Amino acid sequence: MAFTLLGSRMYYLQISKTDEYTMLAEENRVNMRLIAPLRGRVVDRYGTVLASNRQNYRAVMISEQTPNPEETLDRLARIVEITPEVRKRIMRDIARAPRFMPVTVAENLTWEQFAQINVNQPDLAGLQPDVGETRYYPYSTELAHVVGYVTPVYQRDLDKDPDEPLLKLPGFRVGKSGIEQYYDDKLRGQAGASHVEVNAYGRVIRELSKNTGKPGKEIVLTLDMEVQKFACERLKDESASAVVMDIHTGEVISYVSTPAFDPNQFNTGYGVKAYKALLDNPYLPLTNKAIAGLYPPGSTFKGITSIAALKAGIDPKQTVRCTGKYAFGNHVFHCWKKEGHGSVNMHEAIKHSCDIYFYDLARRVGIDNIAAVAKDFGLGQTYDFEVQGEKEGIVPSRAWKEAARGEGWHQGETLISGIGQGFLLTSPLQLAVMTARIANGGMAVKPRLTRAIGGEMVQMPPAPMIDVDPEWLKIVQDGMNGVSNEPGGTAYRSRITEPGYELAGKTGSAQVRRITMAERDGGVRKNDTLEWRLRDHALFICFAPVAKPQYALSLVIEHGGSGSGAAAPAARDIMLKVLQRNVVREQAANEPAHDHSGHDHEEGLG
Amino acid sequence: MFDLTRFTGRDMKISEKLVEFNWGFLLLITAIASIGFAMLYSVADGSFSPWASRQMIRFAAGVGIMIFVAMIDIRFWMSVAYPLYGIALALVTAVDIVGFKGMGAQRWLDLGFIQLQPSEVMKVALLLALARYFHGLALEDVSRIRNLIVPLLMVVVPVGLVVEQPDLGTGILLTISGGTIFFAAGLAWRYFIISGLAVLGAIPIIWERLHDYQRNRVFTFLDPERDPLGAGYHILQSKIALGSGGLFGKGFMEGTQAQLNFLPEKQTDFIFTMLGEEMGFAGAMFLLFLYALTLTFAINVSLQCRNQFGRLLSLGIAVSFFFYVFINAAMVMGLLPVVGVPMPLVSYGGTAMLSLMFAFGLLMSCYIHRNVEVTRGSSAFS
Repeated sequence: MAFTLLGSRMYYLQISKTDEYTMLAEENRVNMRLIAPLRGRVVDRYGTVLASNRQNYRAVMISEQTPNPEETLDRLARIVEITPEVRKRIMRDIARAPRFMPVTVAENLTWEQFAQINVNQPDLAGLQPDVGETRYYPYSTELAHVVGYVTPVYQRDLDKDPDEPLLKLPGFRVGKSGIEQYYDDKLRGQAGASHVEVNAYGRVIRELSKNTGKPGKEIVLTLDMEVQKFACERLKDESASAVVMDIHTGEVISYVSTPAFDPNQFNTGYGVKAYKALLDNPYLPLTNKAIAGLYPPGSTFKGITSIAALKAGIDPKQTVRCTGKYAFGNHVFHCWKKEGHGSVNMHEAIKHSCDIYFYDLARRVGIDNIAAVAKDFGLGQTYDFEVQGEKEGIVPSRAWKEAARGEGWHQGETLISGIGQGFLLTSPLQLAVMTARIANGGMAVKPRLTRAIGGEMVQMPPAPMIDVDPEWLKIVQDGMNGVSNEPGGTAYRSRITEPGYELAGKTGSAQVRRITMAERDGGVRKNDTLEWRLRDHALFICFAPVAKPQYALSLVIEHGGSGSGAAAPAARDIMLKVLQRNVVREQAANEPAHDHSGHDHEEGLG
Repeated sequence: MFDLTRFTGRDMKISEKLVEFNWGFLLLITAIASIGFAMLYSVADGSFSPWASRQMIRFAAGVGIMIFVAMIDIRFWMSVAYPLYGIALALVTAVDIVGFKGMGAQRWLDLGFIQLQPSEVMKVALLLALARYFHGLALEDVSRIRNLIVPLLMVVVPVGLVVEQPDLGTGILLTISGGTIFFAAGLAWRYFIISGLAVLGAIPIIWERLHDYQRNRVFTFLDPERDPLGAGYHILQSKIALGSGGLFGKGFMEGTQAQLNFLPEKQTDFIFTMLGEEMGFAGAMFLLFLYALTLTFAINVSLQCRNQFGRLLSLGIAVSFFFYVFINAAMVMGLLPVVGVPMPLVSYGGTAMLSLMFAFGLLMSCYIHRNVEVTRGSSAFS
């Protein structure tokens, strides 16, 4: 009877319930291991690699293979420096992990160190050389603010995306800035999986099946790395930013914010000292100045004031007499040229950057009309740009002041707004967009950095037209031509003389301090006598070639002194480089984009 | 007094005894033990070391002991029943005293040359002593209270010592074995009912005295999924192993649960699970069938014995053997809480194997000397 009981129980377990228990046994036995996909590369419009994956030479320790891990570390210390903190971390990891699990001991080894470890392996019991993948930015600082960087996974990232198994892989990196952040999901790819048989302690017995997953997509940017390198070199000693755009498509050819940082260092975590040096640097290397640096546009704004005036029906031929002073209410407004410009029409006012003329225009047009045009031309807004952290800036109006300050508008504020001072704040990217929209005849292009994703060209819907008469824009364009190419123009000295490459620009100097009455009487101090942080910001916007505009450029040198003296020459050099590269660019535009992802890294897996 | 020639020479010659020896029975238990060897070979990933080879040597030694014990007259065994019991009791007590200093379960006594598990010795000695005691009582005297005090003490004292070690499984087995002899001797039913009630009443007291791990086993038995990675792990993995074995099993040395170490204690307490996983329902049933044959034989011996001592002893051995098998099998199937009871002849273990073979020797002695007259009241040789 008792044996019948045993038999029937066995029947129940082994015959009736066998499917259920077989499945449970399989779950016990089979473990899925994720295989990290290869992160997609980032390349410029010609396929120059801007971000790729580099082999990371490292050493791992398998503690069950050494009688004494401490002794092995002592011996390793002769090849690689092991600080007491690192040693503590290693010993803690070893204590925590199962004895057969490899623990990372040293990473990012040089080839020499790696070779030495290989040669000395018999003496380094339990130590194994190993090759992993790590993100690599060959251009380092030159693209730090565009391509961005990746960092190890932090708790925040896990909280944001708790279901992504990849984040739990040791050594996995996530994009934290720039293109790396914007396209993180596309660059990341899909995890592969390897099904392995494990024993009760988790030791792998054998591999049952493997699926290598899908590498991340390659991102082709609109940048031209040759121009980028040149621009970075040209601005390397300044705290500056520059944006070069195609005026018809919005493609960003070059995007510079200097100084910058080394994105490679975020891979492993920036050193505390090095990071503190970045934080303490007055040139603010961590700030992405092209989108997050806000400056009064200064005289570069005069084009907008002009368009607003033309829209209001003001005759551009009509002249205003500049005596260097403009009395309004109980206040006297000054022109930058103390002795005055005499009688100037719109063309001459732009060319000479006469302040009095634009005070007068602004007064007649009114702030709200100016603000509307400024908004139409891209100021005071963000563009959903691929680089995160755009700032809106400020385009002041009566409503804005009421909302932001709770105060009424003063007429005097309209006057200084007319010359791009006062509440106005713009980013270099916005200034580039404004210039592009002036140069392209009023098409509301938006800046973009992406040309293709995973081999597919990014299609942009045609930009809408701004409600302006192209004739008005022509007047402003001519004025800017005068600035650069007519003797007496504020940037005449910084013109391009090569035929066919001529640019048309507008200088700007944004005051960062208040000039007192006493100082003005005694003569306004020259910028180069002031300490750096009190000097004016130097701005320059331009488009080229004049005959058939193709590119717009904006450039801001923080505390550079004056637009004509500091910004215009640098802008001229960069624009010339852009135009010289134009031939190459047009050839490439006719070829389909290639997906280069993974081609030279197939070996890297495993 | 213990002159062996007096018993072996007077009634039967050795050669006669060897003819009487039931070689079919030996073949039967060899078959069972061989299944154990195969499983131990498989556990070691296809190697005779460390378990299979040693188990085979022990079994061979056990067969020698069994034949030797079987050759000796049943009356001699009756005469040494009390002294043996005394020695076993002393050993069990010694373990408790020595073990007092040790940690956790102390069941082993290191005699210098052999690691002895005295509770295993006690299993045989208790059967002998009780059989001898009841042998001297007429059936109508068995149920008298004053006649029950001594045998009750003979059971309770070692059980108490063994449980104290702590070894609950052996304690239960000793109680059951003792109870069997009481039953076979013809103790009135009412005593079993009374003691059953007494046990129920004692449960709260026993519960108080149980170690945490023992209480956990009971909890786990009641709800194995309660703590699948902790206390419930053994029984859950065992059921998975059995269930995934199916009708014909995963094949010799192919049991993933056992080979990948998900199954705990697979060379000892859970060896039946491993058989079920690798050889399936068919293999497990075949082993149970062999056990049933063994039990049938032992009960037959008891029925054929013409003396009371042999009847009681062989029935005690038969029923104890049955409970070993039943408790172990029921445990791994999740029908009983996990108690440390090995599968006889199959599980790896030295003392258990030798004491079982000794008991089978006694059983065979009972069988060979089944027609020997043994006077009631006192031993013929005392």
